[in-house]
Amino acid sequence: MNKNKEKLLAKRYSSEKRFQFLGKSAIFMALLFLAIFIFKIFSTGYTAFQKTWLIVPVNFDAETMYLDANPSKEDLEDADYFEISLQSMFNLDKNANEKQQNELKKMVSYFFEREIKQELINDPSLLGKTKDVYITASDDLDQVFKGNYPRDLPENQRRVTDYQLKIFDQLVEQGKVESKFNLSFFTYPDSREAELAGIASSFMGSIFSILVCLAIAFPVAVLAAIYLEEFAPKNRFTDFIEVNINNLAAVPSIVFGLLGLGILLAVFQLPRSTPLVGGITLSLMTLPTIIIACRASLKAVPPSIREAALAMGASRMQTTMHHTVPLSMPGTLSGTIIGLAQALGETAPLILIGMVAFVNTIPGSPMDPAASLPVQIYIWAESAERGFVEKVSACIMVLLGFLIVMNLFAQIIRHKFEKKWS
Amino acid sequence: MRKNGVNMIKISAKNVDVFYGKKQALFNINLDIEENQVTALIGPSGCGKSTFLRCLNRMNDVIDICKVQGEIVINDFNINDKGCDVVRLREKIGMVFQKPNPFPKTLYENISYGPTIHGMAQSKQEMDEIVETSLKKAALWEEVKDRLHEPGTGLSGGQQQRLCIARAISVQPEVILMDEPCSALDPIATAQIEELIDELKKEHTIIIVTHSMAQAARVSQRTGFFHLGELIEHGSTDKIFKNPDNIKTQDYITGRFG
Ligand SMILES: Nc1ncnc2c1ncn2[C@@H]1O[C@H](COP(=O)(O)OP(=O)(O)O)[C@@H](O)[C@H]1O
Ligand SMILES: [Mg+2]
Repeated sequence: MNKNKEKLLAKRYSSEKRFQFLGKSAIFMALLFLAIFIFKIFSTGYTAFQKTWLIVPVNFDAETMYLDANPSKEDLEDADYFEISLQSMFNLDKNANEKQQNELKKMVSYFFEREIKQELINDPSLLGKTKDVYITASDDLDQVFKGNYPRDLPENQRRVTDYQLKIFDQLVEQGKVESKFNLSFFTYPDSREAELAGIASSFMGSIFSILVCLAIAFPVAVLAAIYLEEFAPKNRFTDFIEVNINNLAAVPSIVFGLLGLGILLAVFQLPRSTPLVGGITLSLMTLPTIIIACRASLKAVPPSIREAALAMGASRMQTTMHHTVPLSMPGTLSGTIIGLAQALGETAPLILIGMVAFVNTIPGSPMDPAASLPVQIYIWAESAERGFVEKVSACIMVLLGFLIVMNLFAQIIRHKFEKKWS
Repeated sequence: MRKNGVNMIKISAKNVDVFYGKKQALFNINLDIEENQVTALIGPSGCGKSTFLRCLNRMNDVIDICKVQGEIVINDFNINDKGCDVVRLREKIGMVFQKPNPFPKTLYENISYGPTIHGMAQSKQEMDEIVETSLKKAALWEEVKDRLHEPGTGLSGGQQQRLCIARAISVQPEVILMDEPCSALDPIATAQIEELIDELKKEHTIIIVTHSMAQAARVSQRTGFFHLGELIEHGSTDKIFKNPDNIKTQDYITGRFG
């Protein structure tokens, strides 16, 4: 009898130990995957925040630009910079033949003319002088400088020629290649050229989409939740609605994309590829999340508070608006933020409503075409150029940062403002 | 207040039946409540004391399945009439609950809420006065006058209950309903509230539900005894406790069941 008991005890201990071990290893696995993921993203992505510049002497020769000695501002704007830009690149190797000159030109981004123009417009006194100008290197050289480019491949399998590498190495030796913080990654819209591509258009697209989503989903969801929780009679019909709200929360997001495509674009003829349509589509997804969060936090307000207000002669409306709703707001808000964070990471419905189009302008309003951060990741991940690889990771980092900030905010609201009822 | 040596009737319940869904909770209650007296409602748990109390300010409206039949006449007006406005009714008939339930707001806001929604103060100064008098009447002023803008939930249980009483009297109700107001309090806090009730009856009519017979005997002038949804007996507290007519009352008073 006693022995049996001891056996059972030993069994209980060992099963508990086994369970703890399994639990711990599960957590360890999860953390390991997370660490690998983050390491991968950061190690490939951090270089995108640096950009490689070639320092090239430019001769701002008035004659070549068809300018007189004292040009007006308009003259400077209209002048022809192509020739001097080209010349400065050719001057890197005075003995270059025509083919090599063409290769020299391709060592920098096609923006080089604009960069040189900007230099003169910022300082018109440069006219007639020669100055070292920072010019964005081509994406391939950028990758070479960052050490991401396989130089030992045979030349015909590389986009960078041996000649370009030779000149580039000379420039490096002379200290004429510099790596600086890549501000344009944040301020430029998307581009076909990796060295010029930035997240400004998709970032703004995401912001506008989220704002539209918030502006639609929040009021509708909160009103629906308040009505259902505080005013609606409890009957079969409201039960049916409740079940369907929960169902709505489980609908795959791509279905909402189809809805946006079929109704917002086809029937209402709203402008395609815009954050307006994206935001409306996302709001359908966010709606049930906010309704559920709001109802849960309304439910958490103790009935004694409602009774207290009613017994003071407050109407049902006053009780709700003065007491219940304010007390439920922290929970509702943190639920809203989490819903928005989900919407922010949503890709499929946005692709369906056309926010996957190539947009090389920064949207100024929700009515302008735009991409969004997750869609931008998708677009870049599809691109062949090596320069986009690091951009994908960098864009993921920005998106993750955004999400972390939002979730942190939700946590803070929850912990700081939510009343504890004990 | 006194007419021919008899107290005026403030509330008169006539043939009141209450149903929760199909289940009947109160059977044909007839009870007159006298003005400026403390009426205690006693009886074993689940006999319908709270249900009856909640009929008097129509708090049962909040419960979907609850149906109240019969007449409850207050100031010659049947509050179960369709034309009765519950907001006005509850302004006249305050309520204090079993568990202290101050709003999670400041002390000041707790008291000023009622007067605000009923438009009782024209200025900040008037409101300050209402808050001060209410707290004084609830014997809480001295303890909290320096922290009126701190949350009401930070007070002790007894203080919270007195705050709830102050909140109830802030709108100068004619009647105050109290549903076991001391059941969550310690003996000292209970004694304070009982003292307060005695004071309040000068200006208000008080109906108190209590499970403590000693308390009913201490604070009330009139007592009604409920059992299984019926009002078995009612009359002066003295009579009910010393010389009840009904054997069930007798048994309950002497602690033979309950
Ligand atoms: N909200 C409710 N829903 C259904 N039945 C209720 C409800 N409140 C009270 N009852 C029932 O009504 C009867 C009287 O309850 P109550 O008035 O609370 O009794 P007391 O206050 O005397 O203890 C009890 O049988 C109780 O189960
Ligand atoms: Mg009760």
